[in-house]
Amino acid sequence: METNVSDKVKTWLGVASIPIMVWTAIPLLWILATSLKSTAALADSTQNILGNFWPKHMTLDNYRLIFTGGASDLFVPALWHSIVVCLVSTVISVILATFCAYAIARLDFPGKGVILTTALAVSFFPVIAMVTPLFNLWRQIGLFDTLPGLIIPYLALTLPLSIWTLSAFFQQIPWEMEQAAQVDGATSWQAFRKVIAPLAAPGVFTTAIIAFFTAWNDFVFSSNLTSENARTVPAALAYFTGASQFEQPTGAICAAAVIVTIPVVILVLLFQRRIVSGLTSGAVKG
Amino acid sequence: MSRIELKNIVKKYGDGFPAVNDVSLDIADGEFVILVGPSGCGKSTLLRMVVGLEDITSGDLLIDGKRVNDLAPRDRHLAMVFQNYALYPHLTVFENIAFPLRLQKGKHSEEEIRRMVHQASGMLELDEHLDRKPSNLSGGQRQRVAMGRAIVREADAFLFDEPLSNLDAKLRGQMRTEIARMQRRLGITTIYVTHDQVEAMTLGDRVAVLKKGILQQVASPRELYEQPVNLFVAGFIGSPPMNFLPARVSGSTLHLPHAEVTITGDLVEKVKGKDVVIVGLRPEHIKDATVETTPEHAVHFTAVVDQTEWLGNEQYAYIPFDADRAVRDKLDELDRELDGEGMHPQLIVNLDARSRVIEGDEADLAFDPALMHVFDPESGDNLTRDDEKAAQIAKDSEAQRRMALERAKKREAAKGGAA
Ligand SMILES: Nc1ncnc2c1ncn2[C@@H]1O[C@H](COP(=O)(O)OP(=O)(O)OP(=O)(O)O)[C@@H](O)[C@H]1O
Ligand SMILES: [Mg+2]
Repeated sequence: METNVSDKVKTWLGVASIPIMVWTAIPLLWILATSLKSTAALADSTQNILGNFWPKHMTLDNYRLIFTGGASDLFVPALWHSIVVCLVSTVISVILATFCAYAIARLDFPGKGVILTTALAVSFFPVIAMVTPLFNLWRQIGLFDTLPGLIIPYLALTLPLSIWTLSAFFQQIPWEMEQAAQVDGATSWQAFRKVIAPLAAPGVFTTAIIAFFTAWNDFVFSSNLTSENARTVPAALAYFTGASQFEQPTGAICAAAVIVTIPVVILVLLFQRRIVSGLTSGAVKG
Repeated sequence: MSRIELKNIVKKYGDGFPAVNDVSLDIADGEFVILVGPSGCGKSTLLRMVVGLEDITSGDLLIDGKRVNDLAPRDRHLAMVFQNYALYPHLTVFENIAFPLRLQKGKHSEEEIRRMVHQASGMLELDEHLDRKPSNLSGGQRQRVAMGRAIVREADAFLFDEPLSNLDAKLRGQMRTEIARMQRRLGITTIYVTHDQVEAMTLGDRVAVLKKGILQQVASPRELYEQPVNLFVAGFIGSPPMNFLPARVSGSTLHLPHAEVTITGDLVEKVKGKDVVIVGLRPEHIKDATVETTPEHAVHFTAVVDQTEWLGNEQYAYIPFDADRAVRDKLDELDRELDGEGMHPQLIVNLDARSRVIEGDEADLAFDPALMHVFDPESGDNLTRDDEKAAQIAKDSEAQRRMALERAKKREAAKGGAA
């Protein structure tokens, strides 16, 4: 996308964006800094520079603690649970949402509006209101503290979101693309696979990332519907304890927070090239 | 190669609105048929029904004698260029053109596909753009890619939906001749939708004029121009459009705003009992009597010229007049149907460039009453249409079409033999 913005305007926009970047980056940097502090430095500001911000002596003790030390029993399984639960629910949700959104965008069938409204209505429910009944139900049918027991609510959380974003995205793809393919000799399925799917890919990736984050960041379901066997990282963090009763596990929590941020960063870096807008430009005239 | 027959085709959309109403059209093998009409008259709808993207509400569509109403688009073997090209943005120009070939699984080897794409791209002068994406092409190049995708496959017929509407005048002229040449050379049945007068008159063997989903007349461009069946066709074909003048009837005399015309023969019978009729006069049929020779029986009249436009090779003069109240409504309605601007009625005269008429002058004008059309103001029917003459024109243009096809085939054969 080319825009006709003069250099002067560009410079000003750049300057204006600096405070915003600082504003968003400082809390993250603080977490990173805290994760690198030793237990002593956490309590004693003289061991830090820049006004308690950065430790004079960096240490990886906190990381050791969560991976191999006392907190590893809690953290490492939780990390696996997080990965498995989020990937599975993202994949299922994106696949289902792709078909659903395609139908909504392309076909005229009775109940189309109902599906969209229902999807929206579901996401209106406060999550916390669903947790208690789910907790009782899951215990009775044996889903409590299992991975599927988390995947199912995560699907309920991510599906409406995915359906909405994807149907908006599908509606942007010109209908005629598909019709042209059919005239060129494609079956409906071929038209979908060879024309619509590649065009929809950026939308699908965007949706997948949003769905993944939603599941990855969830705390309420995970902390209430699991105990040991399926607890994910956000919930597990709450159960961290310090070396003694009087010590806060701040360092370990921050280290874990840094670790769980890494997949998110990787995902974004990996897919940011695919999330390019304007891929359909040049399809139609005008 | 195929013959396309439309029999009483009706299309009603969900809201019950008949977008196409009882259209019958028989398109011969190798014929080039143009669909014209004002915006929203159902041209695209008709084309989309032929190609299979729109269900036919009632009536039959036959391709080579076989009813294809319920066939999927892919089984009709037609190629279409969409009103907005509909190129595949994620594929290169090469892959766009190769797309229909790749879908015919196992029919073409990779080698063959490359050869066929290059043949098409060579003809459309797209060779140096084959590796580029459609988004980086100009409008004209995109249009040619769309064309390439349509011609690369050996389709039974071509369907074009206003393919040149987005190009500038020069490129449009270029592509127009290219399309005409290609159609003759390949001898492929073609249906072509357009808004453009020039395209309609020059490209087609026959032109079908639609109004609000109803077929008005199907004829060669010349017949449409010289022997229109009704007011609508007469007003739609020709640029600048035909002048419509109210005329009071008294016996065998028609009183026009500026002149009086004596009529003879059948026409006297036909206008009998009518108070007013509408007279149609083409701008180029009115001459400046001072510089051009006019036939003996020409009707002379004088009128004050309100405005002139000198274009170098020709000259337009505008002469306002007051329309009779009795036909005023009819003329206004016609103006609306033709997407007109609702201007005050005026006579447009296409004068010889030598004419020295100046604005505000009283001009000495004349026209040949034999070239005049008389329309029934109620039904809009052309009362002066000469069916015999029309049949003769139709016969001539059909013979011309066959000859042109024949010639193109011979030239092609000679080329093939030489190669
Ligand atoms: N999907 C649709 N649903 C309902 N009505 C429609 C639909 N598509 C077209 N129409 C109606 O059918 C009529 C004919 O439309 P069509 O697109 O065939 O016009 P057109 O002759 O191609 O016009 P243009 O020259 O502007 O392209 C119009 O009155 C339009 O409102
Ligand atoms: Mg149209």
